[in-house]
Amino acid sequence: MTAFTGVAPLLRFVLRRDRVFLPVWILSIVVLTYASAAAVRRTYDTQVEIDSYAANIGSSPASIAMAGPPVALREIGGILIYETSLTALVGVALMAIFSVVRHTRREEEAGRVELLGSTVVSPHAVITAAVVVAGLASVVVGFGVALAFQAEQQPALESTLYGASIAAMGIVFAGVAACAAQLMTHARGAVGLSLAVLGLAFALRAVGDVGNSLWSWLSPMGWSQQVRLYDDNRPWPLALSLTLTVLLLVATVVLESRRDLGAGIVPARPGVAEASPSLSGVLGLSWRLQRGAVLGWAIGVWAMGLTFGSFSESIENMVEDNPTLAQYFESIGAESIVDAFFATAMVLLGILAAGYAVSSALRTRAEESADRLEPVLATGVSRPRWLLGSLLVTLVGTTVVVAAGGFGVGLSYAGTTKEVSEIWRMTAYSLAYLPAVLVLVAVAVLLVGWVPRVAGAAWAALAVCFVISYLGGLLELPQSLLDVSPFTHVPGVPAEELTAAPLVVLLLLAGAGVAVGLVGFRRRDIAS
Amino acid sequence: MNTAISVSGLVKTFGSTVALDGLDLEVATGEVHGFLGPNGSGKTTTIRILLGLLRADRGEVSLLGGDPWREAAELHKRLAYVPGEVALWPNLTGGEVIDLMARLRGGIDKQRRAQLLDRFDLDPTKKTRSYSKGNRQKVALVAALASDVELYLLDEPTSGLDPIMEAAFKESIGELRTRGRTVLLSSHILAEAEALSDRVSIIRAGRIVQSGTLKELRHLTRTTVIVRTERPADLIHEVPGVAHIAHEDGQLVFDVDTDHIDEAMDYLAPLKITSLISHPPTLEELFLREFGDRVEAESEEVHG
Repeated sequence: MTAFTGVAPLLRFVLRRDRVFLPVWILSIVVLTYASAAAVRRTYDTQVEIDSYAANIGSSPASIAMAGPPVALREIGGILIYETSLTALVGVALMAIFSVVRHTRREEEAGRVELLGSTVVSPHAVITAAVVVAGLASVVVGFGVALAFQAEQQPALESTLYGASIAAMGIVFAGVAACAAQLMTHARGAVGLSLAVLGLAFALRAVGDVGNSLWSWLSPMGWSQQVRLYDDNRPWPLALSLTLTVLLLVATVVLESRRDLGAGIVPARPGVAEASPSLSGVLGLSWRLQRGAVLGWAIGVWAMGLTFGSFSESIENMVEDNPTLAQYFESIGAESIVDAFFATAMVLLGILAAGYAVSSALRTRAEESADRLEPVLATGVSRPRWLLGSLLVTLVGTTVVVAAGGFGVGLSYAGTTKEVSEIWRMTAYSLAYLPAVLVLVAVAVLLVGWVPRVAGAAWAALAVCFVISYLGGLLELPQSLLDVSPFTHVPGVPAEELTAAPLVVLLLLAGAGVAVGLVGFRRRDIAS
Repeated sequence: MNTAISVSGLVKTFGSTVALDGLDLEVATGEVHGFLGPNGSGKTTTIRILLGLLRADRGEVSLLGGDPWREAAELHKRLAYVPGEVALWPNLTGGEVIDLMARLRGGIDKQRRAQLLDRFDLDPTKKTRSYSKGNRQKVALVAALASDVELYLLDEPTSGLDPIMEAAFKESIGELRTRGRTVLLSSHILAEAEALSDRVSIIRAGRIVQSGTLKELRHLTRTTVIVRTERPADLIHEVPGVAHIAHEDGQLVFDVDTDHIDEAMDYLAPLKITSLISHPPTLEELFLREFGDRVEAESEEVHG
């Protein structure tokens, strides 16, 4: 038996299990990169606009911290990289992390590796297959991005190097996840450790890029960006990525040889022996299960709001130089460009927050299909009390996440205007989107109540809203189609007057949807 | 009230699959009732209907004097349930789950909780994601047994437990019996139901095929004997209570009623026994013998 016995059949097995997972990830990253590249190229189509971008966005520390080093921003290619690389690099890293952990530690936790280990496979076959598949998928993403840039008439050299730098990022994080899967006893821990490394890589390069210092060179994400496309076009930083990957994989094999199946290097910490008084009743349980998600989403949406708010200063300068942008903001019908920009930001933040809302509402179905609802309903908890209790946590969480976005916008806007009241004004504006978000919650509850097997379709409803709000104007969709999305009906504050009527209608719709969903939930079988 | 559970003519279908096909079941207050059947015969479906989680297509169901579909939450305060497949929240500890379930049901006896944790040798500080199947089952058992309720619905509660813990489980059931509680204990192991139950109902393909006290079902609990003797045991068929005689590889195989084991041994002993194996019949053997069909084939048909 060689070191690679059993890898080939395992590879086929992993690919088969990932036949939906990986294509969805790969397509999402490539299509998102292509769509934003196409939009950006259309927005900045004269040299004046490009120079204005370089002078405004390219000199903003907040923007550099998010996007990366401002390289070659005086040509459109540099802007395309600057605008797309964050999503592509983080996206490919997440794909690699989830894919590797899913086939290693999660399988081991479920006891399925034991089953495989008893057949003719070498000791490291499972981890090898998982890393190879994640690495291949990263290369496919890189290839797709290169094709997308070619399609946007970018030079072959830059397109290829960009694809390679994205693939390198995915490969490094396949190695990180493989190592983390050895260290931690649980899949959740392995994902958490890998995400922490990704966060650290992001933070190091953010500090390094803003201060133009060497910190970026300590980050795999920094290496992918130090290729300096459209400027130096140097591929050698990617050799650092590959070297680190090899080191990580060697460490993985050493760690795996030293541990027992099912065990991790880092022992699991014991928890509390008794439940705290707050862990009682449906509310206590739901809150306990969701508080982590609420916090994570709130911070994410808040950071997004912070970024939007920081653009407020540069946006006015840019619009002066860029008729495309000016036209866009005029089409919203705003008196002030900054208000129009904020109105756009509020919609996007609202839709982002709806991501939390939908996932939270669908947790009801997740609890049911994981067989955890059954024992709860076998106690003194009635079905309405359980569903409404869980949804109350969804409501509170959604309110917090929605408000966090506006709070972020207000905070950084207040920083530039020195008007503290902006914080509360922006927070209040973001809450105008709460009723629209709750309509999506109601859609999820309707599905859970009446057709639980396809409850996941609530995500499709969110995707439709996103497309309508984000691309509706660009694609010139008819009004009747735009009206499908609840977000269309929210007054575009602060560019428009805030009127209560549409918000009340949306709230009533959301309430009616939840009520009808509850009727279905009371009548049907509880199934797994 | 002296009937804890009363079910008649219960029918439940899932699509084209008939899970329950006119099931009747009576459980008296204060008895430990074994609910015996192979996997896929409808035990879990019955229990889930009793809990109001599934809606019956046809038939009458009464639980603790109420309708489990309409009055689910009220009735549930008076019962405790251990599911066959115990799924727990992975980021809670075992101790937290036990307390949570007890609070949802309306309170916990701390002393009893500590005693049960000790008896089942369960570490309550571990996150449930690191528990084995047996340990998850222990969490559900401790959570249920720590509540003082009228009725305990236990769905294959010992399927993940090792023999020492099965003993702890038997002890707990004995205590419930002493305190006059009602227990519905589903199982696919005949010996387990026999050891613990006052009465037994046997379910097959969604119907009860036998029901009664252990004494009434004595003919079902014959012992299987495999014996090798120096001189031939030609007259074994004349011993009372002996049935199903067969010769395999020079060994004699037969079943004998538990009441007549003594006579069978008396007959065999003078013939010089060189090897002897005896075991209670498994449910599979019982079904094969009593109902003339194969459990494997049936479970495939009904499963799903």
